[in-house]
Amino acid sequence: MAANIVDNDSFQVRLQSNLIGLQTIVIKEVTRLIRIWPQTIVPPVITTTLYFIIFGKVIGSRVGEMSGVTYMEFIVPGLVMMSVINSSYQNVVSSFFSSKFQRNVEEILISPMHNATILLGYILGGVARAMTIGTIVLMVSLFFVNTLSIHNVSITFLVALLTAILFANAGFINAMLARKFDDIAIIPTFVLTPLTYLGGVFYSITLLPQPWETISRFNPIVYMVSAFRAGIMKDRLDASAFDTNLSFSFGMISLFVIILFSITLWMLNRGVGLRA
Amino acid sequence: MISDTMNSPTQALAIKNLRKTYRDGTVALRGIDLEVKEGEFFGLLGPNGAGKSTTIGIVTSLVKKSAGAIRCFGVDLDQDPAAVKRHIGLVPQEFNFNQFETAEQIVMQQAGYYGIPRSLARQRAETYLRKMHLWEKRTTIARMLSGGMKRRLMIARALVHEPRLLILDEPTAGVDIDLRRATWAFLEEINAEGTTVILTTHYLEEAEMLCRRIAIIDQGQIVEDTDKKTLLGKLNLETFVFDLESPLNEELILDGYVHRLTDKSTLEVDVTREHSLNVVFEQLSQQGINVMSMRNKANRLEELFVELVESNDIQSKST
Repeated sequence: MAANIVDNDSFQVRLQSNLIGLQTIVIKEVTRLIRIWPQTIVPPVITTTLYFIIFGKVIGSRVGEMSGVTYMEFIVPGLVMMSVINSSYQNVVSSFFSSKFQRNVEEILISPMHNATILLGYILGGVARAMTIGTIVLMVSLFFVNTLSIHNVSITFLVALLTAILFANAGFINAMLARKFDDIAIIPTFVLTPLTYLGGVFYSITLLPQPWETISRFNPIVYMVSAFRAGIMKDRLDASAFDTNLSFSFGMISLFVIILFSITLWMLNRGVGLRA
Repeated sequence: MISDTMNSPTQALAIKNLRKTYRDGTVALRGIDLEVKEGEFFGLLGPNGAGKSTTIGIVTSLVKKSAGAIRCFGVDLDQDPAAVKRHIGLVPQEFNFNQFETAEQIVMQQAGYYGIPRSLARQRAETYLRKMHLWEKRTTIARMLSGGMKRRLMIARALVHEPRLLILDEPTAGVDIDLRRATWAFLEEINAEGTTVILTTHYLEEAEMLCRRIAIIDQGQIVEDTDKKTLLGKLNLETFVFDLESPLNEELILDGYVHRLTDKSTLEVDVTREHSLNVVFEQLSQQGINVMSMRNKANRLEELFVELVESNDIQSKST
């Protein structure tokens, strides 16, 4: 029997095959997230709890109100976003680099899955971790604020989702380019952490003097934190608290997602860091 | 330019003028041509660094080629990589699975990557883990498995999507003889069922036993590509070892044969293609020498392999 192999490879068969491949990667990533929960779930919860205690309780009580809400309430959206950003990035960079290091990434590279499917699978794994951690941090915040009503659930969810996708993507690029374990810590330490801390997590950038306010507007995390804060408490905050216009923030985040996804897919097609 | 035979779906693999130069300038392949027919058991042999793994890497999309064309069952790898990949199974030289996952997870995941639904993947995983005698170890974390079990796990993983072409890169390296023989039997079985098998190995005994066609690659070039019988026919000289019944105290005469005694009861005789072993036995009988057993000093293919690689080495040095 020597039928040409393309005979039974219709578009539908290929699509279905890719969907199963996508499901497999996502299940693998979620299983990993659960298997190593002391590394994936516990540390961000402890870190943000400490932020709530130190910045919210101890320092926040002296700061008083910020933009119409208590300082503790003000930092909740920023801390959730910080967890989302770090978790999505860390999940993908560590998982994909480990696969590369152990060479089990070859299992995926030799398979008929489309590169976009592979990328999407890892991104969804990062999103799953980011949303889980974000939700847990939001729940932890309830121990420190009296009430936490979400002004607009759709905006809040969408901003968190797009942010998680964006940083999962960035983590994938880091993993592709990394040659040793040290390389996966460089971007989080020297780029991600400073940008997050200076991205309006603990203050509104409108409070900054010039030129720092203008410089801060080049930080993409500002748009994410601001839009997320708007989603949670737009009805309670002063207008001055919003660092950016909501539509503009969405536009910027979406643009970053599209650009980064395209770059990552191009790199994956070229086999950057993966194929000799 | 791809030849007509390359386009044929009965060609499991057709490689034309394949070249590879790595970024550091290392030339791994210097334009190799290979054709493997569907159903064949094909051996790709060569010394370390000859280009075997690079060839396999390019065919399985793990390495980028510098030039050339590859077709699998008539489909061009560049034009439709997914269609080609779906029909190739790879057992790599090194363990490359996630050491922290169970044997069953590893096989199931591989099935998923090939688009096999979970229910069918579970059945297939059971089938191949049982065939590889790993079913009882299915919930064991991979790093806890023995070396032999890990090798068998890689074979089960490569088979779970039931490829038409199975490529094995040193599948029995470091495996004990019992397990090696069991693996050989299994490979013969799946080949008999229709799966085309390409094998690279350092164990030339393995290649001689299993492969019906053999190509020898050296310094990025194919130096021989023919059926096993023709290949072994090119062997000019074989050395046989005779275990003698009684120690020899007198000088032995064997007209027309180069021979030596490695000890008083062990005789080595070089037999060229033009000479017969019968004459050796006749001469030994005439001198009242009884032979208890006889064997090849080295594997026949090994002798030929060394001969070909050495002559290629001399040729390349002289050019």
